[in-house]
Amino acid sequence: MTIQNFSVNGKPVSVDAPNDMALLWVLRDKLGITGPKYGCGINVCKACTCNVNGKAFTPCSTPVSAVRGQNITTIEGLAADGTLHPVQQAWLELDVAQCGYCQPGQIMAAVALLNRTKNPTDADIDAIDNVCRCGTYGRIRAAIKLAASRMP
Amino acid sequence: METPVKAVPPDAPAGISRRNLLTYAVSAPVLTVAAGFSAPDSAEAALPLTPPDTVDFFDLGDAVTLTSLPTMPLVRLSVGKTGRVTFEMPRSESGQGISTALAMMIAEELDVPLNMVDVTLADARPELLVNQLTGGSTTIRSFAGVLPLMAAQARARLLEAAARQWGVSASSLNTANGYVIATDGRKAAYATLTLAASLIPAPLNVVPKSASQYRVVGKAAGRIDALDIVTGRKKFTLDLPVPNAKPTMVRRPPTILGKVISVNNLGTVKAMPGVIGVCVLPGGGAIVPIPPGVAVMAETFGQAWDAVNALDVTWGAGTIDGESNASITAKLKASVPPLGVPPVSIPLLGSVTIDAEFEMAPLSHAALETDCAIVDVKRDVNGNPVFCEIWAPMQTPIAAAQSVAIDLGLPPTAVKAHVISAGGSFGRRLFWDPVQQAAQVSKALGYPCKLMYHRADDMRHGRMRPPQYHRVRATTALGQVTLFDHRIASPRLDGRHGFGDLVTAAVAAVPSVFQQTPGNLGVEEFLFKTMVSSPYNFGVSNRLLLPAPIVMNTASYRSVHIQPTRLCEEIMVDELAKALGKDPVAFRLEFLRSPRAIACLKAVAAAGQWGKVMPSGFAQGIAVHQETRSYTACLVEIDARPAIAGTGPALVTKAVIAIDVGKPINLSGIDAQVQGALAESISIVLSSGLHVQNGLPLEGSFSQYHFSRNRHYPKDVKVIVMPPNGEAIGGLGEVGLSASSAAIANAYARATGIKPRKFPLFFPVDFTPFPPGKLPTRPMLPLPA
Repeated sequence: MTIQNFSVNGKPVSVDAPNDMALLWVLRDKLGITGPKYGCGINVCKACTCNVNGKAFTPCSTPVSAVRGQNITTIEGLAADGTLHPVQQAWLELDVAQCGYCQPGQIMAAVALLNRTKNPTDADIDAIDNVCRCGTYGRIRAAIKLAASRMP
Repeated sequence: METPVKAVPPDAPAGISRRNLLTYAVSAPVLTVAAGFSAPDSAEAALPLTPPDTVDFFDLGDAVTLTSLPTMPLVRLSVGKTGRVTFEMPRSESGQGISTALAMMIAEELDVPLNMVDVTLADARPELLVNQLTGGSTTIRSFAGVLPLMAAQARARLLEAAARQWGVSASSLNTANGYVIATDGRKAAYATLTLAASLIPAPLNVVPKSASQYRVVGKAAGRIDALDIVTGRKKFTLDLPVPNAKPTMVRRPPTILGKVISVNNLGTVKAMPGVIGVCVLPGGGAIVPIPPGVAVMAETFGQAWDAVNALDVTWGAGTIDGESNASITAKLKASVPPLGVPPVSIPLLGSVTIDAEFEMAPLSHAALETDCAIVDVKRDVNGNPVFCEIWAPMQTPIAAAQSVAIDLGLPPTAVKAHVISAGGSFGRRLFWDPVQQAAQVSKALGYPCKLMYHRADDMRHGRMRPPQYHRVRATTALGQVTLFDHRIASPRLDGRHGFGDLVTAAVAAVPSVFQQTPGNLGVEEFLFKTMVSSPYNFGVSNRLLLPAPIVMNTASYRSVHIQPTRLCEEIMVDELAKALGKDPVAFRLEFLRSPRAIACLKAVAAAGQWGKVMPSGFAQGIAVHQETRSYTACLVEIDARPAIAGTGPALVTKAVIAIDVGKPINLSGIDAQVQGALAESISIVLSSGLHVQNGLPLEGSFSQYHFSRNRHYPKDVKVIVMPPNGEAIGGLGEVGLSASSAAIANAYARATGIKPRKFPLFFPVDFTPFPPGKLPTRPMLPLPA
């Protein structure tokens, strides 16, 4: 038994998992938190993107031991108090999603970008490497800019 | 019963009884012809006229609409006691937006807010026969006539229920926002009327709204599942909390369709942490063979992944061991009859012959949700299957459920299949390979099986668009195109899903050990003949599809044969125009058959300032297209300077797209579909493809299969949705691909002077492939600093 203690969306969790198990499987298979999606498992497609300390990371390629004592935010925690994050709101207004599978990761990547800069440039958005197979890139760019204009 | 009189929309079925629906069914192709597909008008004056082909009279959408009609009365639309409206859609939603568009049509006719309409995906319903296949951009076309009628009938019954309650005539009542409203101001919510309305027989004299009355249809609406998506609540297959379902992954052969000879360390792997069981996937398979491999079931996917990699398996040969893209292309090339000696070209006299060969690399559908399924096989005390429940993204759930029933030795009634929203599909989920595998694993190991393909396996051992070789000759005389001969060779495209029902699937499959059968060939040629058409008057226009006997895992890919065929044709058109010294737009306008295609072309040429001066290394490109009764044109600008194209793919910097679907339903959805198609075209024309080498694709992830990202998508994109024009509604989901693909290729040619012949245009092996067999090793990254 190896107990891993950390917080997800502000709630402490305690899970029995080996140190090197990818956080994605701890979230999905052990905790039933399914917002972060599997798309590649090797930090390429970024569909599982979550945030820690406001920064984006990929649980598929992060061992669970790395998040001990940390608070991680998944898509489910972004509007925890019931109020949508400006990025989620912009996503709705511009009808960004198509199939929706990559979108939790896209939104978490956008949130992390806006945490870093209130005025993201096109180059900043270009640097987001998350794959959207449906091709929602045009609306993603517009939604990030719309959300940026409304960030407190 | 009286109802308000409404004008009959020109494209709607005239009447509402089942008999009338069937009359409409029989007469539809004739009406379609009268709607402008046969008689030449002024826009079709170019000579010599190309004789009409199959698509001009009857296309795949017509086929699906007609064959779906007899079972449409079985499709369910209901108004619940809460006043919410539920439509059990017998189709698969995979992001293409059909749920939202159909919900808008329902909200329109029922006068309810859009957020009161729920569209669920119907379980497999074998009684619907061929009316539960999703594909060919046919969904909206097949429901455009009947769904407004169903909703209008429901509204009429609610009106009548209120009329009886209040002792007034139904014709004096109206509806708005989910209420029946009387002239004296009395209001009754639908929720209070549903019970009474359910006892009133469906009226026969209801006519849906005319376009002039629309408040919802033809406007822009956000996806009905958008809030669930942005909050992470939307559930895909592997997100479903099916009790006790256990994560399962599969060790796959080192080459496509290699066979398992033996597993050499079963005991070791079974003893690994978290491992529940290991089983060799059996052979067989009622319609399509069960893919080969060794499955590992574990408590988590992480443990299943580790155990899959620990397996020591001895493998037998696959079906294309030793074959590579080059050797397959050589075979394809050899299978196409030569075109003969070309006539002499004398451009000054308008006489030119252009011969060209095109090669298309195989493509992965690469949906972001990899192939997956949950299957629960219940067993009796002797371990024999007695019942099976399936949860999966499926485009052909009836055929899937029934073939799994045969695989398990169960009666069809003992298999229940739930269709789950797909994380993208693009044709891949016409087949149910993961369902078959999960059923076998669940049967063998006794737990519900939650099976997921690793991305590397999804790309290497999943289905693909097969590689293609095209040989084309175009000949002009006196400035007119007199001959267009287009021959296409491709490994057989698997069509064993038939039309989604067991009968046509079985016909296509017999005998199932061979991929090509008269039935499969029939499906393949049917799709080719009923989908692909040329928008031009090009004299004698021949298109020939020549499937070659090469067995690999194939499936239809968005637009099936259309995108590659039309891509080649639009490149040829640019080259013909150049050879004759004509402007590409002027040349197209001279030969286009349809005024609607002409209108789209003119729209993008005007909005995109066709012909403007571009710096060296930059260029515009343009193309036009027709498909499934819709029309589109695309103009792009490309940056192909050596500084860009020398280090990677050329960059599409701007796009203007016009789309005419006859009758737009959701302006936002239409815009989304053509923008998505643009992103896909950028990928498959410039950078995405599979290098099959020694019987296996080298690509195993999105770091190797170069699908576009944010940085590859133009920052300046304008989509012009043509207003409704009284024409019947056309398809949408696949339509955007061809014109944008060809515009990009043509822009590249104009920028560089290089004739685009091999796709993708930038196709180096710029990565270290994962070794065959094992899954890639997971990186162990620290948290961001």
